[in-house]
Amino acid sequence: MTTGLLGIFVTYGLTLLLALPLGRFLANVFQGHQNALDFLAPLERGLFRLAGLDEKREMTWQQHLLALLTINLVWFVFAMVVLCTQGSLPLNPDGNPSMSPDLAFNTNISFLVNCNLQHYSGESGLSYLSQIVVITFLQFVTAATGIAAAVVVLNALQTRTTDKLGNFYNYFVKSLTRLLLPLSLVIALILAFNGAPMTLHGKQQLVTVQGDSVAVARGPVAAMVAIKELGTNGGGFFGANSAHPLENPNFATNVTENVALALIPLALVFALGFYLKRQKLAYMIFGVMTVGFLALLAPTVYYEMHGNPAISQMGVNQALGALEGKEIRFGAAASAYWSITNTVISCGSINSMHDSFMPLSGLCQLLGMMTNAFYGGCGVGLLNFFAYLIIAVFIAGLMVGRTPEFLGKKIEAREMKIAVIVTLLHPLLILAGTALTAHLFAGSPTEYAGWLANPGYHGFSEMLYEFTSASANNGSGFEGLGDNTPWWNISTGVVMLLSRFLPIIGPVAIAGLLARKKVVPEGAGTLPADTATFGVMVLAVIVIIAALAFFPALALGPLAEHFSLY
Amino acid sequence: MAEATKQAFVKLDPRVMFRNPVMFTVELGTVVMLFVTVGLLLKPDAAQGSFGYNLTVFIVLFLTLLFANFAEAIAEARGKAQADSLRKTRQDTPAKVRLANGQFEYVSSAQLQKGQVFVVEAGEIIPTDGEIMEGLATIDESAITGESAPVIREAGGDKSSVTGGTKILSDRIVVLVTTAPGESFLDKMIALVEGASRQKTPNEIALTILLAGFTLVFVIVCVTLQPFAAYSKTPIAISAFIALFVCLIPTTIGGLLSAIGIAGMDRALRANVITKSGKAVETAGDIDVLLLDKTGTITIGNRRATHFWPAPGVSERELVEAATLSSLHDETPEGKSIVELAQQVRRTDAADLQRRAQGSEAIKFTAETRSSGVTLASGLRIRKGASDAIRNLANAASQPFPNETTQQVAAVASNGGTPLVVSENDRILGVVELQDIIKPGIQERFERLRKMGIKTVMVTGDNPLTAKFIAEKAGVDDFIAEAKPEDKMQYIRTEQQAGKLVAMMGDGTNDAPALAQADVGVAMNSGTQAAKEAGNMVDLDNDPTKLIEVVEIGKQLLMTRGTLTTFSIANDVAKYFAIVPALFMVAIPALGALNIMGLKSPQSAILSAVIFNALIIPALVPLALKGVAYTPIGASALLRRNLLIYGLGGVIVPFIGIKAIDLVVGLFL
Repeated sequence: MTTGLLGIFVTYGLTLLLALPLGRFLANVFQGHQNALDFLAPLERGLFRLAGLDEKREMTWQQHLLALLTINLVWFVFAMVVLCTQGSLPLNPDGNPSMSPDLAFNTNISFLVNCNLQHYSGESGLSYLSQIVVITFLQFVTAATGIAAAVVVLNALQTRTTDKLGNFYNYFVKSLTRLLLPLSLVIALILAFNGAPMTLHGKQQLVTVQGDSVAVARGPVAAMVAIKELGTNGGGFFGANSAHPLENPNFATNVTENVALALIPLALVFALGFYLKRQKLAYMIFGVMTVGFLALLAPTVYYEMHGNPAISQMGVNQALGALEGKEIRFGAAASAYWSITNTVISCGSINSMHDSFMPLSGLCQLLGMMTNAFYGGCGVGLLNFFAYLIIAVFIAGLMVGRTPEFLGKKIEAREMKIAVIVTLLHPLLILAGTALTAHLFAGSPTEYAGWLANPGYHGFSEMLYEFTSASANNGSGFEGLGDNTPWWNISTGVVMLLSRFLPIIGPVAIAGLLARKKVVPEGAGTLPADTATFGVMVLAVIVIIAALAFFPALALGPLAEHFSLY
Repeated sequence: MAEATKQAFVKLDPRVMFRNPVMFTVELGTVVMLFVTVGLLLKPDAAQGSFGYNLTVFIVLFLTLLFANFAEAIAEARGKAQADSLRKTRQDTPAKVRLANGQFEYVSSAQLQKGQVFVVEAGEIIPTDGEIMEGLATIDESAITGESAPVIREAGGDKSSVTGGTKILSDRIVVLVTTAPGESFLDKMIALVEGASRQKTPNEIALTILLAGFTLVFVIVCVTLQPFAAYSKTPIAISAFIALFVCLIPTTIGGLLSAIGIAGMDRALRANVITKSGKAVETAGDIDVLLLDKTGTITIGNRRATHFWPAPGVSERELVEAATLSSLHDETPEGKSIVELAQQVRRTDAADLQRRAQGSEAIKFTAETRSSGVTLASGLRIRKGASDAIRNLANAASQPFPNETTQQVAAVASNGGTPLVVSENDRILGVVELQDIIKPGIQERFERLRKMGIKTVMVTGDNPLTAKFIAEKAGVDDFIAEAKPEDKMQYIRTEQQAGKLVAMMGDGTNDAPALAQADVGVAMNSGTQAAKEAGNMVDLDNDPTKLIEVVEIGKQLLMTRGTLTTFSIANDVAKYFAIVPALFMVAIPALGALNIMGLKSPQSAILSAVIFNALIIPALVPLALKGVAYTPIGASALLRRNLLIYGLGGVIVPFIGIKAIDLVVGLFL
């Protein structure tokens, strides 16, 4: 039992230890200051010349968003073509067929928006070419998109009046060359040395101990898994994701992957402090996020390590915790930690079946995605937090008798409007999606019986989880859903699209609007944003907006299940 | 009170309600409940609960609406009472208008047009706002300021403005009408407090957006709950949906929002400050820099004599008597203060001095001689004036100017004082020290402003040395010495370019550009029409320290909104724990575990929650009207305090309140 907890401490400690220097490094990279990877500059210049881009051209916030949306559209078209024709393209040793347009659409959107909800299994659904040039490629660029958008916001929050916020392509390319590619290389090597395959050969035929003949799927796994975690993408090479022994062979790779997925979200928080020269502010944000994270982690670890009372009643020893749906090589504690890091951070990879977790653990996983700002995804976590921050600044500003201001800029009606829309969107998408599904299901339970493996409270949690995961761009599945049907494909596809781009556009727009405003010098009457008091305020806003809106839904799902079980 | 009650019903008009999205949705819910209740009367439906229960929910919702309207109405009524007393001064008075041909004609004051000229004499009421063109008069302004001491107004200069409704006590003046009928300051103020022309302020708009956002979230929560419940096979009555919705949306702040805004302007009015818009009051709370005139604000009126310093070989008595004699005919405040000081220090025999001064010739101060004094009947020449002026006199008469006196002059000047040298037949008698007297208690006020984060700047015509001394003594942060109107303007511009908000007070026509440039410009009511037009507030008391109060009123206004918003939203936690178990407990008994308050039954839980939700509005009306107290303890400490009281309090209070109401409601169910 203590070993399990020790594993959690080591994993978190290691993440923190790496995130701090990485944050400083990132601030240097994006401010154009001297850094260890400056030798890559000629390569980057070559790329810009090749693309005919001037990386020194300063952009307004609208131009940034235009650039961001344009390149995303280009990738979408490219990926669509490859997925729909992969059957007749090279690098397809297992002879997997081309995707149907609707499944291709869903898969494409899912990876483009960093969600990685998968309605296919990698073993049979994708060729190696698609795994490399669509899946792995998108996993790199979508993370870089989020990071670049976050850097635009950081640039805009500096204390000065301007509408020139740096060059989007510069931020985007440097996210790749200075951060994602080098780190992926390191992690892929660690995985490969621990047994994750890295090959272009097709399935391997094996005869097992029992004498059965099986075909074991493999492929360029190590490289893909590295960016899957690092870029908070979460979509697995295989259907079983990081529970699969070839994606996550042992406890050491489990720690490596778990550190990798939390590294950049944490580092970006510290980067904010170094970039804006407001380290205290970064620590406040980190503190709020960590308190939220721990509040979700603690009950999950507790309930998973104590097992299921229904199984205990059957006289089964549960000294190792609730192991149903978990891999014995990781254990209950590490699986619980993994599931919470992967839901508060919009990575969404899994190393155990969330469907089998205790009801309150499921509740914590859901809340992690509903708040979606305790660390959060690559770049976008910070953007989500920023929207909450604006609302907290506004209420707190009024409470101290001053027109609210954040980092020397006044928060007015326009910024409030955007922040409110962004924060409203998430509950709207989750609740409306779940409500429509519940409505259809309640209308004709027999027709849609295939949708839910478990009716009742648990079935409700499954539906709620699917839409929450889609809206949080998380991509993990509670599973237990028959989700490869037109309804799930279309509804979650729409939710994923809306919930990716609006929450990027909103905060970038707010930051852009703020950057144009006159700087209000800080005085004794100014509310400092970097204090513990203000941190409490932000936390309260997140809890009230995110948690309260979902209270009735959570009562009907996990809470009803919990109180029925205990 | 009766009027407010009536208004509470009048305001139920959906067209009025629509301006407040939170309360408008409550009104919609109430209408739905009305239909449900009536429907039940016609055709009972067990799923919707009894008729009596539904009727009760309807009544409580209706009361919620009335309470919210009542809060607004009572705030308006208070403003109106104030406005009415002002309006009394607007009674129709005949005006004696001077026609182009020089003839006079009586015209009703309501028909006076801008640009017309009228005459008023002692004992008459001034018919409308205007500017004196000819003459001087003492005027009783108690009708608008409450201050009984009469004031003097005269043509030209900075005290040329008269207000309609005030009474002339002496003399006769010719006045130019400066405002069109119905557009005077009082008319504007009356319209403002009566709500007719009240526009939402920028912060109010932003807050309304936030509240509308919260309302929308809970629309989504309640609408989606229906299919959720259908899936879970837990039928929910319409009354429960509406109760949940009304309890969750921020009705407390939604109901009190406009009352808070009106009360803010009302508080300004109570402080005898007329604001041209609610925005000005709000801006006042954000002020970073405060420009204050030295005279009258920081120091009491003019300089006063504080000390006699005799020259060597001259007795103090000699100096005091000479100084007194030279000042007997001196009508300046400085001169009078010398006579007063002389009586205090030497107990000079006034009657004896008067006798000696008989038949004397007063020598007036001129810019050329820079001295004044008296030549007695005996031929004795007594002069007092600037040290170099008197030194010239002494030199011309070959009289010595003692070193000690030179030193004394320097000492007084370096102390922030003004030295006057006195001579008798060109012999130097000594120095009279004049000092600015800093108002008692002003240091504390500046200290308070500093804690609020506001920089104070003293504006004075004094030389930089004197200005610096007084600035330090009074505790202001900065000063503008030898100030010309352009200097003020320049100072304001510089501060504004640095992103600061500047407030100033002024009265003269040459203050008008600066008043217009400042973010908050307070014109004194006694000031010129130009100044009053340029500023965005008018202080009826002509009290320069009023700005400090205005700043606090602005801060209170924002704080009251912020704290009540926090309170309102924090209340949701308890309401959830009351209503959510009530919704599901029957179908899913396990969820009874969420009923942590132990409420008696689902129906009593829902009723208790809506009753609490309704009652909290009138309970908070006094706070909304009075405003949350502002204490300058620093922004973080203030946030901590308000978060504890209104945030944590907002979580805890409804738990207690709902439980208590449930105990009572439970008796009847």
